[in-house]
Amino acid sequence: MSSMDVADRRGFLKVTGILTGYLAAGSPLALLAPSRAWALDLAAFSSQQGATLLTMARTILPHDGLDDAAYAAVVHSADADAARDAAARKLYSDGIASLGAGFANGSEDQRVAALKKIEPSAFFQQFRVKALSVLYSTPFAYAHFGYEGEAFSKGGYLTRGFNDLRWLPEVPPGDAGPMPGATS
Amino acid sequence: MAKFEFDDDGVVVIIGSGAGGGTLAHELTRRGIRVVLLEAGKRESLASFSQVPNEAFAQLSWLDPRTSSGDWAPAKTNPGLPAWLAKTVGGTTTHWGAVTPRIQPWETRARTTYGDVKGTSLIDWPIAHEELLKYYGLAEERMCVTRRAGNPGLPASNNFKVMHAGAKKAGYSRVHSGYVAINSRAQDGRGFCIQQGFCVQGCKIGAKWSTLYTEIPRAEATGRLDLRIQSMATRIEHGSDGRVNAVVYRDASGAEQRQKARAACVAGNALETPRLLLLSESGKFPHGLANSSDQVGRNYCHHVLNFTVATFEKPVCMWRGTSQAGLVEDEAVNDPKRGFAGGYFIELVNFDLGSLPLAAMPYGWGRDYASFMDGYRNMSAIMIVGEDLPRPDNRITLSKSAKDAHGLPVAHVHVDEHSNDIAMREHGQRQCRRMMEGAGAKRVVHSEGSPFATHNLGTARMCADPRDGVTNAWGQSHDIRNLFISDGSVFSSAAAANPTLTIVALALRQAEHISREMTARNI
Repeated sequence: MSSMDVADRRGFLKVTGILTGYLAAGSPLALLAPSRAWALDLAAFSSQQGATLLTMARTILPHDGLDDAAYAAVVHSADADAARDAAARKLYSDGIASLGAGFANGSEDQRVAALKKIEPSAFFQQFRVKALSVLYSTPFAYAHFGYEGEAFSKGGYLTRGFNDLRWLPEVPPGDAGPMPGATS
Repeated sequence: MAKFEFDDDGVVVIIGSGAGGGTLAHELTRRGIRVVLLEAGKRESLASFSQVPNEAFAQLSWLDPRTSSGDWAPAKTNPGLPAWLAKTVGGTTTHWGAVTPRIQPWETRARTTYGDVKGTSLIDWPIAHEELLKYYGLAEERMCVTRRAGNPGLPASNNFKVMHAGAKKAGYSRVHSGYVAINSRAQDGRGFCIQQGFCVQGCKIGAKWSTLYTEIPRAEATGRLDLRIQSMATRIEHGSDGRVNAVVYRDASGAEQRQKARAACVAGNALETPRLLLLSESGKFPHGLANSSDQVGRNYCHHVLNFTVATFEKPVCMWRGTSQAGLVEDEAVNDPKRGFAGGYFIELVNFDLGSLPLAAMPYGWGRDYASFMDGYRNMSAIMIVGEDLPRPDNRITLSKSAKDAHGLPVAHVHVDEHSNDIAMREHGQRQCRRMMEGAGAKRVVHSEGSPFATHNLGTARMCADPRDGVTNAWGQSHDIRNLFISDGSVFSSAAAANPTLTIVALALRQAEHISREMTARNI
């Protein structure tokens, strides 16, 4: 691909920034992904703004073993909102600016202290809700938490562990029914 | 499937295809009555139900804007979606957890049982409980409810094992895998539950009862149902005699249509039903249809809900298995010694990973929050569903600030919690904590209410005295004889039970009444 092609493509997508990273070597996703490297185009935020938000998402929901790619999905969703809605863009831009340039490089304690100061703000609350609603729906989070997701395609959990808990007493027959097909 | 003319004034128009409207459509058409069924949403199917949780939510939910006020949690956590309902053929029965307890005898005499509770507008139901029981039996048989009508219960899931152990430790005796409208064996032309755990995303195997694939196709098979999807009712019209004679709606293209009608039955859920009645104001009815009592939209109830989530030492994998197959009935009693009127059920609930944070843990952040989420595999969850008390100013009105795509004001929802509701929720939280700790929980968190209401009730209620509400004991408007309300709006009080079974029972009963009234030429 020539540099001209790249420039045209970028121009067409109106890319304003880019987030990049590598899947951790031990990540279950690293086994599936074609490459450990990932890159995400931003349509409203600059690269630096994106990096600040990514760090903010990690500070709000700190799961140490969870890949940056999952947090990048949160930034990506916020970026899409900002690209669509001028008011959201201003809210985010002003909010990021209020955190200051040093935020992303601070220690976790420093970052938490900085966020505590703006906790009641619309910027913080909107991004906190964004992080809650996006982070745990990513395939990275599914893998990290061991969540198995939909099961219709595999015949449900009926024969795949829905009742395999053995560390509590079994429920007496009067309080629950038989396995389907056992009696009819 | 039938197609009726717009100027056919012999049809009954039903607005909304959920538990009430879908059941009523089947019951009327099988009695020979021609029905036009208007549904604002699209028609999904077992094949088209998304299994991506947030996509599924968007696929089934009513996402038009709303506005809200009052001191209840949803006005803060979800001001634009304070109360949830569905916008799809089958309505909330596509999404529901299928929990089907009955309203209890003393609950139908709420005013008599609880007395004159300050700040409430309690009334008794105009139906004797013995009368309701007959229709409960019919509804449970039709919906294949477990542990009723000769159906076995569902088997115990991991999540239920935790609930059961905790309930026993807390001293409860009436705990079992629940009354749910989910096939525990193959019947009704539908398969048995395969414990997918994706009940609320739309049950792709159809083991869960929904009007989408039971009542509605059966109504279509009579040749007397004209189902019009993406058809949003905007106004009910009447003649100079004050009787309903047409329903105006926007079709899928946005064009306005007018369907003549012999009678209209409104089943749009307790937000959209009063909204439509209020939007239908006229010279003769300046405050909206069926509203001479000024009660349309008032007495909005939504149940006392609270989620309790706990982590344990060992895995539970709560996502595996039927979402809500577990019930404790011991607190569903009226025992004023607990410090509040009315009772509540404790129900099993599960959450997929993506839905858990916003649904059950919408507050908080940082290491503490994340470390709790890290225990997802070892989590179990329960919730309470209890009776909230009606208040005249907890009500649905037309929004002054927001309009829908057709330029019509959306529903505004105002709720100030009664101290009784708060006392019940706090009691429920303590009891749920006792259960979880009894089963060995390491950490327990509460949702502090529900991020949005899901059981919308009471906004066009049945009453013996026309001044107290909107309809008589058959959901028939006191003001307009051929105008019926056919959803949870008619509940005279909220009771503790999840509402769908009662909505279906009342629809079965109403269909008999409408049929009689038509035969007698009263409508």
